[in-house]
Amino acid sequence: MRVLVALSGGVDSSVAAALVAEQYGRDQVVGATLKLWGGASDSGCCSVADVEDARRVADQLGLVHHVFNFAAGFDERVVDPYVRGHAEGRTPNPCIECNRHLKFDRLLERARTLGFDAVATGHHARRVTTAEGRFRLCRGADPLKDQSYVLAMLGQDQLARTVFPVGELTKGQVRDEARRLGLRTAGKPDSQDVCFIRADQGRAAFLASRIPLHPGRLVDHETGEDLGPVEAVELVTVGQRRGMGHATDGKRRFVTAVDIANRRVSIGSPEAAHASDVRLHTVSWVDGAPAGLGGLGGPGGPHHGAGGADVGDEADVGAEAGVAVLAQCSAHGHPVPSSVQLVGDELSIVFGAPQRRVAPGQTVALYDPDHPDTVVGSGIAG
Amino acid sequence: MAGRRSYFDHAATTPMRPEAVEAMLPFLSGNFGNPSGSHAESRRARRAVDDARDQVALLLGADPGEVVFTSGGTEADNLAVAGAWEAMVATSPTPATSLVCSAMEHHAVLNACRALARRTGAELREVRTGKDGIIDLDALAEACTPEVGLVSVMTVNNEIGTVQPIGSVTAVVRHRSPSALVHTDAVQAVPWLDGRELTAGADLVAISAHKFGGPKGVGALVVRDGTVVHPILHGGGQERDRRSGTHNVAGIVSMAAALAATDSDRPSTVERVGRMRDRLGDGLLATVAGTSETGERSARTAGHLHLRFAGIESEALVVLLDEAGVAVSAGAACSSGAVEASHVLESMGFSREEATGGIRISLGATTTEADIDHALAVVPGAVAQLRD
Repeated sequence: MRVLVALSGGVDSSVAAALVAEQYGRDQVVGATLKLWGGASDSGCCSVADVEDARRVADQLGLVHHVFNFAAGFDERVVDPYVRGHAEGRTPNPCIECNRHLKFDRLLERARTLGFDAVATGHHARRVTTAEGRFRLCRGADPLKDQSYVLAMLGQDQLARTVFPVGELTKGQVRDEARRLGLRTAGKPDSQDVCFIRADQGRAAFLASRIPLHPGRLVDHETGEDLGPVEAVELVTVGQRRGMGHATDGKRRFVTAVDIANRRVSIGSPEAAHASDVRLHTVSWVDGAPAGLGGLGGPGGPHHGAGGADVGDEADVGAEAGVAVLAQCSAHGHPVPSSVQLVGDELSIVFGAPQRRVAPGQTVALYDPDHPDTVVGSGIAG
Repeated sequence: MAGRRSYFDHAATTPMRPEAVEAMLPFLSGNFGNPSGSHAESRRARRAVDDARDQVALLLGADPGEVVFTSGGTEADNLAVAGAWEAMVATSPTPATSLVCSAMEHHAVLNACRALARRTGAELREVRTGKDGIIDLDALAEACTPEVGLVSVMTVNNEIGTVQPIGSVTAVVRHRSPSALVHTDAVQAVPWLDGRELTAGADLVAISAHKFGGPKGVGALVVRDGTVVHPILHGGGQERDRRSGTHNVAGIVSMAAALAATDSDRPSTVERVGRMRDRLGDGLLATVAGTSETGERSARTAGHLHLRFAGIESEALVVLLDEAGVAVSAGAACSSGAVEASHVLESMGFSREEATGGIRISLGATTTEADIDHALAVVPGAVAQLRD
């Protein structure tokens, strides 16, 4: 079994490399670092310092190491859509798009053409093989570091060629293992934020250098009353609380909608900032759609609630219709019992209880209510 | 052929010649003196540096006083660009406001010119290359206006190996930009072209020892009499105040020995390596469908071959060939080790897709027929695997 291990220069992928080298033999394992970002960056996976750390870890483990330049694809598939999304009032998750298009597409393909059987990454997630030879995607063993949310778009094709060696470990165990092996990355802080945006520059300055930012007006969600100016509508995200002030009754105010065309940001009470449903596009399933989805008339699968709702009729979607799932709306959000139903090629989610509105562009990951660690699928909020 | 390594990246660096290794050893141990001193230890070291300077000057067709030792080609290029510009600005009553370089220059020249332009406000004009890999002389003439103070065109391109018409370049510059200095980065030229012809016409010529069998970390800039360069490194005023810093005695002595050895067997090396290069190039063009050669072979040094394989990514091909024991290069490597899109192919008008499948195969004095057999045996299979 030949394994290409993706080394970011961080502690998780360093230990992942050590584990696969131990398991398969170091002559079967090659390290690769992706150069994703050509611009200035101080965090994430692309700085020269991180490449050096990755290379030195590979040296220490006795692995051949390569650097693959995927910067053009990263620009096209991650950075440009991120910038364009903000210009159009969406907030895409760049880590998920990078996983979707770079790590679990281009890198997997590169590994295949180079004759590798699998790619290993340092993600905190678990791949479980079923008795039937199917692959489940499960949460990492460390609930605080679980990254299954950012991998929820994976399917069988990708999982068949992917391993997550640190998924069974807690972060503390990863660091202990790195220290035991004397790896230079043992004490390296976790990467934070968006890797292509410098911390000292920030998102606003990054976006301002790429798209025109427009001042706008804050308006009341209920009444439409003008509540004052907002510096740049492109920098506001649905669900945002910061900078929105308080209502006259002292309650905090949240962004409920962003209307780029009319340069208007609606804000409202915590109640107004909640919604009982959300519609997803770019829907994917880890191992096919759940049985009973879309109300095809049949009963739900053994692990899912009863189906039976009408297809394509939004009005009929209720908490009791659709297929039962746990919906997680952010990387470390709480999974919420919900029901899903297909509407065309989109997915309608009805939450068991109203949730903070999901910003357009954000991913919702779906888990199996009977096996809350198991990812079922995902989609992007429209 | 398991375990065999065949090295085809001599344009990146080439093994040291035994004469060059031999020559440097005494200066790493017993003969350790600093040439800038007044005692016997210093005199011995000084003598060695002066002898090396005489030899390098002779083989480059220069006077000893015209040779400035540097830490390598990059420093020599930077000294030429920034040092000559600064001297020109300091002494000319009507300082130039523009500089010109070819768009296919090595980054040592390209980025030195761009930095100079940013720093001083001078206008940099980058001249395109034809699909044949030769600078467009009409475009050069257009760029060379009277207010141009420096023109830099490399002697041999590092990626595709095409020899540039420096004589014609110089004639254009003298005619259209009479006050401009001509610099040529001759780093890739020394193994293949007679050094005495390299400096003819140009005011500044940069070389680097490790490209012709000397050690890394030493090079030279030929500064023609009458041309003034201001130092970019300030200190003890060595090299007639043009390059401060204690001499790299062992490196300088070794470079001279490598240059002498290269010079004495250059004709036979060029003939032998050129024949092997043609066998390899013709063999791959014949056996691998969708292969094109970049630039004119007749305009190339004997050691260079640049091929583009349609439908593959050279970054992956380099990895596969490395595993098969064949070392080649895919364009220029950046500081992280990643392969960057080639500005050279871009300057020739190739699209990003066309440039993506390009690899540089560079031969050297130590290349053997067995290396060629090895490459001919593994390259077609590797390309096929990537196209699968």
